[in-house]
Amino acid sequence: MAATIDAELLTPERPLFIGAATMVTLRTGDGDIAFLAHHAPFMGTVDICVVKVERPDAATLYAAVHGGFVQVAKNKVVILADIAELANEIDVARAQHAKERAEAALAHSSDAMAEAALRRAHVRLAVSSAIIRSSHP
Amino acid sequence: MAGGQERILKRRIKSVQATKKITKAMELIAASRIVKAMGRINDARPYLGAMTKVVEDLAASAGLPKSTYLAEPFAGARGYLVIGSDRGLCGSFNSAALRLVETSIKELARQGSSFALVTVGKKALGFFRYRQISIAHSVVGVTERPTYAHAQEIADAVLSMFDSGAATTFDVVTTRFYSSGLQKLEVIPLLPIEPEKFTKGLSGQALDFEVEPSPEEIIDPLLRMYVAEVIFALLLEASASEYAYRQRAMKSATENAEELIKKYTRIMNRARQDSITTEIMEIVGGAEALRGAANSDELD
Repeated sequence: MAATIDAELLTPERPLFIGAATMVTLRTGDGDIAFLAHHAPFMGTVDICVVKVERPDAATLYAAVHGGFVQVAKNKVVILADIAELANEIDVARAQHAKERAEAALAHSSDAMAEAALRRAHVRLAVSSAIIRSSHP
Repeated sequence: MAGGQERILKRRIKSVQATKKITKAMELIAASRIVKAMGRINDARPYLGAMTKVVEDLAASAGLPKSTYLAEPFAGARGYLVIGSDRGLCGSFNSAALRLVETSIKELARQGSSFALVTVGKKALGFFRYRQISIAHSVVGVTERPTYAHAQEIADAVLSMFDSGAATTFDVVTTRFYSSGLQKLEVIPLLPIEPEKFTKGLSGQALDFEVEPSPEEIIDPLLRMYVAEVIFALLLEASASEYAYRQRAMKSATENAEELIKKYTRIMNRARQDSITTEIMEIVGGAEALRGAANSDELD
């Protein structure tokens, strides 16, 4: 079995995932980063992105994370996110709708709020489609 | 007539019984909500622990960077965040916290210093509005089921006041939940955060963290999140406390109703007995009088 690293994806209201992972991928303020077992201590901001947790004994987990912090220490990745959703909790129709609305808002003005909303919708849709792709190869 | 009082008492007993049913139901609802609220406190615990550890680790590896939120408390405009409920019937849950804040604010006003007040809950809003104490920001509809969005809204208000200097310190007045049998009204300093909070628990050997972006850039957003998270944890505890207070208040109301029913039933029974006694006396008296009259007829 491949070496694993403990992963924790926490939101203020409840922990979303706690368990072992072979690889955790996410995007920080400076770019994409992947954590394998025994990664050097690291601390950074997390962008609005898709967090991918590859697990040794179960299907890969995808989660939409809307900003937060990540800390790696002593073979443990802790992701702290204000808002995060697991792929199967995402309302695709709602995200699609939000994306269209944000695009419409951006069509005639550039608004930071609408831009952030569009990115959130993109991440949600990317997460839910990733799950569909992995279950129907 | 004696039957009139009996009727009044019967009606009053019925009304007390109806009230008792309501208070009993409220007691049971509160009891079941305490359990749920405690579950939410437990769910939120890992996040706060991890959050504190991140700041601690940052302090240990690079030393705490300078931040406007980190300082020893100092004098200036005081801010209060008071957490109350939206509904009453929960004993001293609201009144104790609100009185405490009112006294402190009056004291500040006497000294001529300024204050900023942030309230949570309809009861708090009404209380200060009635007393014409100005409220800087108010949030309602929270304690029944606090969400992180509520906490963020409150944190944004508090932090923007702190940033602008409208308040140089911020205290939270809230009811902490220790167990279903123990809740305590406490004043918890929120801002500025004492650096000791993060440095006292440090062990000698620190890990050398690679921090991206720099610690100076990371510290402010991290601490803003930390403040929101502390507020969220306190809201959850206040919510659980509110239900505990309500359960206790409703329990004593139910017991009181039982007591009243017992008392009124006793009075009613006595009134009925009295009226029966009176009636018998009247009949006996009447019969005696008749017999007396008949006897005197015979004597004639």
